[in-house]
Amino acid sequence: MKFGRFAILIVFFTGIILSGCGQKNEGASNPSEAKKISLTVWHWMTDRESALQELSKKYEEKTGIKVNFELYAPSDAYAQKVRAAAQGNNLPDIFSVLGEKRDFAAYVKVGHISNLAPFMEANNQEWEKGFFSKALATSEFIEGNSYGVAPGIYGVPIDMTSIMMLYNKDLFKELGLDPERPPVKWEDFLAIGQKIKEAKKQGLVSGWGEIWMIDCIANNFAFNLMGKDKVLLTIRGEVPYTDPDWIRVFTLFKQMQDAGLLYNGLVSMVNKTAEQLFANGKAVFAFNGSWCVNVYQGMNPDLKYGVMFLPRISDKFPVSVWGGAGSSFMVYDKSKNKEGAIKFLQWLSDKEQQMFLAEETRNLPANKGAAGRISPALAEFSKAIEYSTHPRVWGVSEFSQVIEAFDKGIQSIIIGEKTPEQVAQEVQKIKERELAKKKNK
Amino acid sequence: MKLKSTLENYLFVLPAVVIFSIFYIYPFSQVFYLGLYEWDGVSAAKQFMGLTNFKEIIFSDPIWWKSMLQAGWMTLVALTFQNILAFLLAWACDREIRFKNWYRLVFFIPPILSEVVVGLVWQWILEGNYGLLNSWLTQVGLSDLTRTWLTDPKTALNCVAIVHSWKGFGWGFLIFLAGLQTIPRELYEAAKVDGANSWYTFTKITIPLMVPVAILVAILTILGTMQAFVLIMAMTGGGPAYHTQVPILRILGSMDGSRYGYACAQGILFGVILVTISFIQYRFSKRSQAKGA
Repeated sequence: MKFGRFAILIVFFTGIILSGCGQKNEGASNPSEAKKISLTVWHWMTDRESALQELSKKYEEKTGIKVNFELYAPSDAYAQKVRAAAQGNNLPDIFSVLGEKRDFAAYVKVGHISNLAPFMEANNQEWEKGFFSKALATSEFIEGNSYGVAPGIYGVPIDMTSIMMLYNKDLFKELGLDPERPPVKWEDFLAIGQKIKEAKKQGLVSGWGEIWMIDCIANNFAFNLMGKDKVLLTIRGEVPYTDPDWIRVFTLFKQMQDAGLLYNGLVSMVNKTAEQLFANGKAVFAFNGSWCVNVYQGMNPDLKYGVMFLPRISDKFPVSVWGGAGSSFMVYDKSKNKEGAIKFLQWLSDKEQQMFLAEETRNLPANKGAAGRISPALAEFSKAIEYSTHPRVWGVSEFSQVIEAFDKGIQSIIIGEKTPEQVAQEVQKIKERELAKKKNK
Repeated sequence: MKLKSTLENYLFVLPAVVIFSIFYIYPFSQVFYLGLYEWDGVSAAKQFMGLTNFKEIIFSDPIWWKSMLQAGWMTLVALTFQNILAFLLAWACDREIRFKNWYRLVFFIPPILSEVVVGLVWQWILEGNYGLLNSWLTQVGLSDLTRTWLTDPKTALNCVAIVHSWKGFGWGFLIFLAGLQTIPRELYEAAKVDGANSWYTFTKITIPLMVPVAILVAILTILGTMQAFVLIMAMTGGGPAYHTQVPILRILGSMDGSRYGYACAQGILFGVILVTISFIQYRFSKRSQAKGA
């Protein structure tokens, strides 16, 4: 008897424990609840949280549909959460895929993301035509793309971004420079390094401890020096990283360091620290994205800064800027509220909501109709959109191991540990190893 | 009757076995399984690679081994600097000194602080241009010693190791103190009656009786330090270049690069290394204890 009771207890408690491991019941138990649609959106944009909540209220007032914006930050934690949810088929109605195009393609191929092209193209492309083409390009897969994804548009941009150089106008004056004439040529830029050294100031700040920002500036240099085609040929493995043009790209970092243009300790700096330093007038230059307009406004509303293109190294090819869609939302293809999610995104990307977002968050709107309502500083960033490029539109992706070796190699050059030639050889070695592995698959 | 008793015994351990299997054995087997594949973490298809990931880590990934060595160096600093400091402070607090309860409280503050907060505070202290340390050094006329502590390859790892030790010594302090308090006071009194001085008492009574505690603290230090990463992430992000990379950061890096299979293989290999170290230490401690007995 005792044994029997004990056995029942064991089974009971084991059942309770295991019940927690079961799948969530997706369907509402109450039929009246099932009729009530609510949408869930996962995002990572802490700076846009209050504006998005405000828009959620407006949408509920208008349609009766509740939109729950759930914030998961920082961005890498968000990316991991999305990846884990994708494994369990527990993605929310609307989410974002951060990372490279290769990652985005993987989500599409596995059937997690809806193709929005039919909705974009409906009514004589009414929805699609509202966006800047550069904003939409990052979410687009064209016919015959190297990722093997069916052609289509898989995301809705809610804003745009461009990453440029900024300079502190007050510090420019202190250095005896004209604050309305930032350096245009590489030689002029290097010459400012000497003035910075003499005045015991600090030069450029940026989040070069986070490797993607080094990657961004290095690719801008490469586009200017050798043109887009040669960069893409390198990624395809047809031009080695030991090519003189690539060695020149690596050398530019050494030149900046030698000229005294780089902030002491730049190689371990996260972008948030860089933003604080620039906003507080501790650095003459910054390399940052258009989101910084909002950040600097919050940190130091009196900061006087100008926006400039990267100094030109060569006249052979144009100076390019990393840019395009800043943040995009995707619709979960297996969502029960797919139609509602698409309608919400159509509303969110509409002119009125885009103007609200641009004003509240000081980000470049993705909708053409909302572009007239941006601040002067942001307008400078918007000019660069025309020259923008982004790895997500290149059609090919570099191996992550090569990107890491490339960017860490640049850090090594800056700290004087390796020469540009050494780094080029190391990167090429890894590239060849990965190409060989790919070939053997 | 015997069968019933056996069944009853099995039923007693069943919940623990089920929970252990679900939350430890199954995930571990899945990690090993994924380590045999190339997988981006999203795609439905995984490509079977056999032991290729493991071979690549062992033979073609020098950064992995550099990160192991760096974690090893941090562990060595923790085993010596951190644990000796913890032991000496615990020994001092075990004696009849004034404000000993206050000291106990203060010494235990660093471990309960968030690693991210500690990392950021020390990052400000060690910052090369406006940091407190350089400012103090300049004020006392030692400006030649100022440097960018966290971006200089010569100092970055040592700075991280020292901050990690500062953050962690409170645990050792607490365990050592608990150990010291279990030593019967009569032993000290008897030694005193026999004319033993403080040094003799310390070396012949305190230290031998604290060996098992020291072994426990050492094992916890090794496992804790080898797996450290939050503090490093907050202080240097693993840089400059690869100078403060540790194995967990490498595993996270592989995940960020969508190389989940490789990350799983790294995790398995790292786990095996830690288990081996713990096993060696366990055997060593058993032998030491047997010798002592």
